[in-house]
This record gives sequence, structure tokens and C-alpha cells, in this order.
Amino acid sequence: MPDDLNWAIGGEAGDGIDSTGKIFAQALSRAGRHVFTSKDFASRIRGGYTAYKIRSSVDRVESVVDRLDILVALTERTIDENLDELHDDSVIIYDGERTEMENVEIPGDMVGLSVPLKRLAEEAGGAIMQNIVALGAACEVTNFPIANLDSALEKKFGDKGESIVENNKQAARKGQEYVAEEYDYEFRYDLDTTDDDYVLLNGDEAIGMGAIAAGCRFYAGYPITPATDVMEYLTGRIEQFGGEVVQAEDELSAINMALGAARAGARAMTATSGPGIDLMTETFGLVATSETPLVICDVMRSGPSTGMPTKQEQGDLNMTLYGGHGEIPRFVVAPTNISECFHKTVEAFNLAEKYQTPVFLLADLSLAVTEQTFEPETFDMDAVEIDRGKIVDEDEVESWTDERDRFQPHFSTADGISPRALPGTDGAAHMSTGLEHNALGRRTEDTEIRVEQVDKRNRKVETAEEQEDWDVREFGDSDSDNLVISWGSNEGAMREALDFLEEDGVDVRFLSVPYIFPRPDLSDEIEAADEVIVVECNETGQFANLLERDALTRLKRVNKYNGVRFKADELADEIKASLQTEEVQA
Amino acid sequence: MSSEVRFTDFKSDKQPTWCPGCGDFGTMNGMMKALAETGNDPDNTFVVAGIGCSGKIGTYMHSYALHGVHGRALPVGTGVKLANPDLEVMVAGGDGDGYSIGVGHFIHAVRRNVDMTYVVMDNRIYGLTKGQASPTSREDFETSTTPEGPKQPPVNPLALALSAGGSFIAQSFSTDAQRHTEIVQQAIEHDGFGFVNVFSPCVTFNDVDTYDYFRDSIVDLGDDEDHDPTDREAAKTKILDADKEYQGVLYQNEESVPYSDLHGLDSNMADIPDGAPEGAMDLVREFY
Repeated sequence: MPDDLNWAIGGEAGDGIDSTGKIFAQALSRAGRHVFTSKDFASRIRGGYTAYKIRSSVDRVESVVDRLDILVALTERTIDENLDELHDDSVIIYDGERTEMENVEIPGDMVGLSVPLKRLAEEAGGAIMQNIVALGAACEVTNFPIANLDSALEKKFGDKGESIVENNKQAARKGQEYVAEEYDYEFRYDLDTTDDDYVLLNGDEAIGMGAIAAGCRFYAGYPITPATDVMEYLTGRIEQFGGEVVQAEDELSAINMALGAARAGARAMTATSGPGIDLMTETFGLVATSETPLVICDVMRSGPSTGMPTKQEQGDLNMTLYGGHGEIPRFVVAPTNISECFHKTVEAFNLAEKYQTPVFLLADLSLAVTEQTFEPETFDMDAVEIDRGKIVDEDEVESWTDERDRFQPHFSTADGISPRALPGTDGAAHMSTGLEHNALGRRTEDTEIRVEQVDKRNRKVETAEEQEDWDVREFGDSDSDNLVISWGSNEGAMREALDFLEEDGVDVRFLSVPYIFPRPDLSDEIEAADEVIVVECNETGQFANLLERDALTRLKRVNKYNGVRFKADELADEIKASLQTEEVQA
Repeated sequence: MSSEVRFTDFKSDKQPTWCPGCGDFGTMNGMMKALAETGNDPDNTFVVAGIGCSGKIGTYMHSYALHGVHGRALPVGTGVKLANPDLEVMVAGGDGDGYSIGVGHFIHAVRRNVDMTYVVMDNRIYGLTKGQASPTSREDFETSTTPEGPKQPPVNPLALALSAGGSFIAQSFSTDAQRHTEIVQQAIEHDGFGFVNVFSPCVTFNDVDTYDYFRDSIVDLGDDEDHDPTDREAAKTKILDADKEYQGVLYQNEESVPYSDLHGLDSNMADIPDGAPEGAMDLVREFY
């Protein structure tokens, strides 16, 4: 169990909550501390409240917990919103000189530090820096070397000029000094530092970085929460590698642009979330039947319809697995943590080109909006391997032409994978179409060819099932009779839940599954266990339904669909409760 | 190799199933001739087709081609061209594909000004589904789904293109082989989005907008010595004149800078290294 500090800043949307939180997370990372952040848009009273939370430790942190140690409250409501997580040793930093904060009551035995954030910021050069004053105060409370905050401020404001950086440093010092001079507490928080260098990034950024590493050169998308960060990350970066980001007029266009680029031979992708994936569904079948390699990323959020755009859910599994009319081969890969967002993106591009299929990269909001620290070696660019599959050059074209020298882009091979000639290859001009087609890519309704082509496309999946490693990630006690299975971002909370459970004497074997289709066959593991619980952020248990069908049995489920991700301590309690339940609910 | 290319090299060995007399024959022949005239060959040409009678063109021509989803041909063409600027991209569609289900893409493709050619076979009818009103059908054009006519003004595609900042706006008549070919050729040679609306009569379902009608009403701007295609105001007046059926280049912006030039895209994105690109580790270091 990490010896952790849980810190948050909360206020109204527009108060600069996100950027302030990110600066503090950066400072902690610079100090060689691990960081795991989350964004809290909880709306118990009315819209507008927002918070950025940081869990930090010298050990790795993989989840959020229900405990808040230090809270920078820009509004009174911020305190109310977090009462559940605050405790007697919590410290609340607020600006008692603000009219609306004058009469703030600090609950219980908590320490309230009234710091004139606005006034001190103005002294340092401008009220806009009041959040930075609060960060300085937080440094004092946690005995945290302010040089790390300086370093984060340099990174954040460096391109705005030296005086801006200096003013911010000054603002931080004013906050620090104010607390030191005005309050004579022995704070119980002491943030150790280490010499380790970490990088700090979120899941969308990891996906974008993975795409560039994998050779993706074309991205088309339409902005949508929480996938926009993928597009924003790539913009300005992919160009440096000869690529381009196009903001399309809608998702219908975005996926078709990406499809066009992929037909031209580029590694191409698009990313979206629920409402956008609905529109893209129209083109899934064309991608699959024209056998075009394409990576389609869905960063899931709460649905249906507009749903809860800034809330967590894993509700699109069925959509990516079954979406679209007719039957098409496709792969669905779901990264289980932020570093895996990078690795699985690289893998998705290789799978797409090797098998000439659409590959769905199914991420979720919790991955997208969480910043987490990693050793830089986690993203080892030298280890990135590119497999472009069966691309043929002009010398090889001849071996794939028919008796009339026509190239056959959908030739029915033993492994189902056809030769692929990129446009511009001499002697290989060919078409493809969403109509059922023959080996030449031309329309046919011939019954035998229809069956041959359907079988050929599906054979690619069989080939992939045999040739690729569809691994699970295993944690916990491998001999335990209690088996927990999850997919996507639940891995982090569940890994920490294992620690809580162990403390309570409950042993659990945990399998985190990054592949939805094809997926590992867990029948033996399920059969070997006495209790099997499937954890996922949706109401109907979409993944549990698949596993039940695979193993022909009923499984227990822990589902959460209130829009908030699982927290480690909460999940441990849910697992315990589920283990104590006799029957599997129908 | 280009000097040896003949227009018939762009013809596939598949016989068209268009109705005998369909305007699309002439439209396609002109496209093939224009491609050959501009020094292209089938191996560097990419044809994107939508859905409808016009969508079959990818099968009847010989080139790299994709016959896609209804209405999305322009986005596909955009992706192809940006990914590999060396390819000659020709997008073909009909009035339903381009001005109804795909009209949103049409406007934005015009704005984006990607260096490709868009040929719309406008027959003012839905032919493949056997005769329903299209967005360019006349207000009183009676069809199976509009027994008293659509009672809506037809879309004016040239006006849409002009208002969206179109840099090359032209119209031709499929049976006027020489002029049609010339105009498509000019569209190909244009630096930017070359748009040609082609009157391509449907002999089976449209008994109003017929060959005879167009022959009688076409005003060829090629015969008008006063016509200056770079004069946008003059183009506007002509385009908004609902009583005239013009043939020719109505407007061309000679200062047009295509998307790829504006964005500095000049390499084939298909060419990537065997591993992560050089400098990729800098992406990681950015996150320190």
C-alpha cells in the first residue's frame, strides 16, 4: 500500500483548476514522486464545480482512493462536494478575504488555512496567479521543496517569457511564506523526494504518441470529449514526422478521410467517443470488406445519446464488437492502463496492416483524463516494431495477377490475407468496393464467390487467433480460488484493491484482459475458480456476457455506471461483498 | 510513360450496365480522355466513387479506385490525396450522392481546396432507385415519391461552391464530348479543388431534363468572348440566373493555393521507417 498524499484543487469551471492541478502534478513528478490524477466534475448541486485530484507517493500509484488530505478550495461548495473524502487531519487552504469565503466553516477537527490568495497574487504581479499562491502554500504544508514547483512553472510558462515565470515563482513564494509566518502548525504531511526522473502523461497523449511511434501519418477527427486530447496531441507533432491532422466537418467525414489515406498506403487513424462512433458505424463495413487497415479509437464516455460527456463508462464494447449491419471481421483491443495506451496503439497499427482489417482501440474516459507518472523507459521507442503485412512491390505484382494480368487485391489465400498493392505501384491498378466483390475487387452476386470472400475475410481472424499472443495480464495470488476479471481502465483500481483485500485476509487472482476480440479463452481459469467476479463500468455487464458465453457458465458481476470510475478501497469492499453473496444474480 | 498513355488505357474490361444512351457514358469518356491528356496513367490515378448509377464508374474505368459509402466520396478522396500528393485523384458522384446525402462534405471539400477533381453526373433524378426526385429536380417534377413535384427549389450546386469559396467552378454537357473533355482537363490542371457539374441526362426516368432540352438551352461560355472566368462577380450573376444552363468554366481563382501547399505536404505518407521514427524519443522527453 503506498504511503500516499491525496491533494486536490476545486472551484468553478473557468477558475483554471485543470492547469493548476497539472502544474502541481508536474512539480511532484519532478521531485521523483509518482502521481496519479483524476478530474472530478461531480455535480450534486448544480453545474460548474470542477476539481483536479492528485494522489502521490514515492511508490507507484495506480488508482484514486476515497481520501483527501489537502484541499485547495476556491469555493465553499468545493468543501461540501468533498466532505465524504475529507478527514480530521485534512488541511483546507482557502482565501478568507474573498467575500463568499468569509464565513466558511471548517468541518470537524480539520485545519483551515485562510491564505489571501488574491491579494498575495496581486502583490506578485496579478490576481490571475492566485492559484499559484495556493500551490506555494501547499508546498509549505507538505514540507515540499519549492524548487520543484519552480521547475514546473518554468515548463508551463517558459514560452511566455521570463518575467511571467518569475512572477509566478514569486506568487508561489508569497503563499509559502504566508503559511510559514501566520500559522504555527506542525503539519503531519511530509513529501519525500527521490532522484528518479518520471514522465507525466495521460491516456490520450499516450495514444497519440503511440500512433506517431507506429508510423501513423494521417489523422482525421472531429473534436469530442474525451477524445479531443488525441487530436490536440497530434496537432503540431505529427507534422514534424511528415504527417497531417485534418479536422473534418463531422465523424462521417473523419473516418472516410482516414479510410482514404489508408487506401493510399498511409497508416491512418481517427479517434472519437460514443456519439461520434455512432456516425462512424456507417463506414465500418466498407473498411472491413475493402480490407483496408484502419485504427478507429473510441474513448468511451457515459452514454447513451449525449449521456454524461465528462463521466466514465465502458458502455461501447458491444458497439465496437457488433456495430454496423451485416457481419464483418474486426479486432477490438482495449488498453488497461496509460502506458498500455501507447503499446496497444502500436499493436493496433500492426494488427490493422497485417490482417487488413479495422482495429478498434477501445479506451475510456478514466484513461484519457488521468495523468500518471512512468519511468521514461516504459515508452521504449527502440523496441517499437513495425509490421506492414503483405504489401507487394512492382516486382511482386506479377505473382498476384490473374490470367489476364489483372492484380487481385482480394485473392483468396490460405491464411485469408491477400496481397496489398499501394496506389502508384506499376501494373497493380485495381479497385475495391463495399459491394460484395470477387478477387479483382469487382462487384459480384455469384453465390460461390460470395461464400469464398466471406470465408476468406473471416479466415484472417482465425489466422490472427493462431499467430498472435492474446495475453491476459495477471496479478494477485495465482493459486486463489477467487478470480476477478476486468477490462480497460479498471486494472489500476483493482490492483490496489488487491492490497486492501490482502490486508483483510482475502486472496484473489486478478486477470486484466486487454483483448476483447479476438480474446484469450479463459474457460479453464473460470472453471478452476470457486468464485468468479467480472468488474466493469457499465450496467449490463457487456464483457461478463461474452465470458459467460465463452465458458458456458454464469459469473458474478460488479458493475458501476454512476459515471465515476472505481476507486481502489471501494472496489475492495465490492469484491468482498460479492464473494459473500451466495447466488449469482440472474 | 505518359506520352504513350491513351484514353482507352483507363477503360476497364468490364462493360457498363448503364442504360443505353445514358449520359454517364459521355461523362466517363471525357474523364478518361482528360486524364490521358494531362499525362496521367492508371497506376498513378485514384478514382473515388459514391453510390448511385454514377458510383459504378470505378468499375468501368481502369485505375486505382474505391467505390465507397453513399455520400462520402469526397472525404475519401481528400484522405487519398493528402496521404500521397503524387496521385491524381478524381472523385465522381451523382446529384444525390453529392448534393443530398453528401452535401455537407461538398461544401467543406470546396473550402478545403484539396488539389483533386470532382465530377458530378447531374441527371436531376434518382436513377438507380428507379426514378425519385433528386436535390436538383425541378420544383414541379413529378416522380413516384413526389407526385406533385418536390415543391422545393432545386439546389444550385454552382452557387453552393461559389459561396463556399470555390476556386474552380465549371459545368459541362456529357454529350458535347470535346467541350466536356476540355473542361474536365482544365479542372484537373487547376491547382486546387476542380469542380465540374456535368449535365448527364437519364434517358429512362427523366423526360424533362433531356438531351434535347440541354441542346436547346445550353449557353456555352466558350463562345462568349466577353466572359472572364476570373471575374467572381460576373460568375455570381451567371450562376444565380436560374433561366440559363451554362457550359464552361464559370469561375477560376488563378491565385488558388491548394491544401497541400498551404500545409507543406509534399511527401508520400506511405513511406515510413521500420521502427519508431528518428527523434521519437523526444516525444517521451517532452513529458518530463
